[in-house]
Amino acid sequence: MMFKKILIANRGEIALRIQRACRELGVKSVVVYSEADRDAKYVKLADEAVCIGPAPSAQSYLNMPAIIATAEVTDAEAIHPGYGFLSENADFAERVERSGFTFIGPTPDAIRVMGDKVSAKQAMIKSGVPCVPGSEGALPDDPKEAIKAARTIGYPVIIKAAGGGGGRGMRVVHTEAALISAVQMTRAEAGAAFGNPAVYMEKFLQNPRHIEIQILADTHKNAVWLGERDCSMQRRHQKIIEEAPAPGIARRVIERIGERCVAACKKIGYRGAGTFEFLYENGEFFFIEMNTRVQVEHPVTEWVTGIDIVQTQIRIAAGEKLPFAQRQIACRGHAIECRINAEDPYKFTPSPGRVTMWHPPGGPGVRVDSHAYTNYFVPPNYDSMIGKIIVHGDNRDQALARMRTALSETVIEGIQTNIPLHRELMVDAKFVEGGTSIHYLEGWLDQHKR
Amino acid sequence: MDLRKLKTLIDLVSESNISELEIAEADGKVRIVKASAQASPSAPPPAHAASTVVAAPIERAPVESAAPPAPTGNVVKSPMVGTFYRSASPGSDPFIEIGSTVKVGDPICIIEAMKIMNEIEADAAGTIREILCENGQAVEFGQPLFVIE
Repeated sequence: MMFKKILIANRGEIALRIQRACRELGVKSVVVYSEADRDAKYVKLADEAVCIGPAPSAQSYLNMPAIIATAEVTDAEAIHPGYGFLSENADFAERVERSGFTFIGPTPDAIRVMGDKVSAKQAMIKSGVPCVPGSEGALPDDPKEAIKAARTIGYPVIIKAAGGGGGRGMRVVHTEAALISAVQMTRAEAGAAFGNPAVYMEKFLQNPRHIEIQILADTHKNAVWLGERDCSMQRRHQKIIEEAPAPGIARRVIERIGERCVAACKKIGYRGAGTFEFLYENGEFFFIEMNTRVQVEHPVTEWVTGIDIVQTQIRIAAGEKLPFAQRQIACRGHAIECRINAEDPYKFTPSPGRVTMWHPPGGPGVRVDSHAYTNYFVPPNYDSMIGKIIVHGDNRDQALARMRTALSETVIEGIQTNIPLHRELMVDAKFVEGGTSIHYLEGWLDQHKR
Repeated sequence: MDLRKLKTLIDLVSESNISELEIAEADGKVRIVKASAQASPSAPPPAHAASTVVAAPIERAPVESAAPPAPTGNVVKSPMVGTFYRSASPGSDPFIEIGSTVKVGDPICIIEAMKIMNEIEADAAGTIREILCENGQAVEFGQPLFVIE
């Protein structure tokens, strides 16, 4: 039974995205907002909007009691956590369910298993999903074990926090001499940042691409994969440009890894939308982590498959069966997404403030997901992403041409954005050729230092 | 009268140039009066004593684009989302009434969130001049509750 009312526990462009999905489904939605987001577009458009706290995230978007209390007083039936914030917080999912609401996402246990990067890897190995060669589980305290593990794996290695993810809590080690201190430092940082000092070790792949598989699983034992995304254009582990499909990878190869991911989902009893992230090098896939939520870059998959991922999340949570089978899912054309960040395009210093002119692009095959508008004040309290431009074309060349046109029409004044950087990247020879690795963008930025 | 209908009427009044709207129907009569910018010293219209409107409490700032007439004196605002109660339990006396004297730290109301009753204390000493919410009303963070002078 479809929900009558959903609470949107997030902000920014994803809050607007979820609000739109609810509206189309005829479901009422409540948005929560901090004092800094009082003038957000989706707050102004909301059926109901409730202020839950002051600007700092800890007192607002990470404030579990405030969010659940809001669901109570507004009689919401379900909570959509978006991405970031509490979306991958198993405790939150548990409290939501215990309080009598539906958490739009996987079960708390699935979040827990996938949230701990060590247990996630172990679950994947059991399910036959290929992983990066690494330490068997967390590194024990004894430094001799770390040295042994590194010798078995072979340098260079990367030390990662078990409680980390999303590019945080990692350190690369090239020589044995640097290993012990690297492990100690990563442990200390992990303890401070994630409350969990456990670290593990993996082979550091020199020139991999970041390829991820989108899946959807319902509560009727159906699970499908929705193709792949190439998210290799990253700076400091943060994605800047994403595309679907991944250029130059045979469909048959993707199909095989997609099927493995679906099998893993069924094995762990996964529910909802999820993404398996891989490093891809020399024709091989290596699992790094799973994100148990909707992702920022979901629109590129929506473009090529024609499937509304957020609406499907809601339908799954409402107990509906997936309205499509694997054989009905086709990948058509090519989609590219550029994340628009409020920052200096080359120095990357944040640029919050008032947008004096917001003029987004349009035309066939152009989609703009943003909560910003002319005179909108970008608050300094949250991450810098203020929107996404996503284009679709019949093939990659057309998608690139559409993105160049869209970027040339885009006007954002009053704050700085990375639009100038995107314009340059869309005509960069290597990017246009396709298949660049996850190190490419940083190398490019080094070369083009301003 | 249906709360949803009421909310639509309130929005209609606040977004238009109408200053007073009265509707009589089979299931009840409603009179909504928009507080003018200069005059009323009291709370935003939805809680105006003269009207028979019960505020649909959980909306975005409902009044004119000019700021609602700011109550003078110290405004006690809600520190959390929840349900506002005047007394410690149903049937017992309210903590305070208009005219009650309070010291800093005196309990003045309860806000219930997730089945926990949170006692809210006066953050200023003085006399309760206004009570801006109704017993059982849902409140959001920062919502004005009382005026203490």
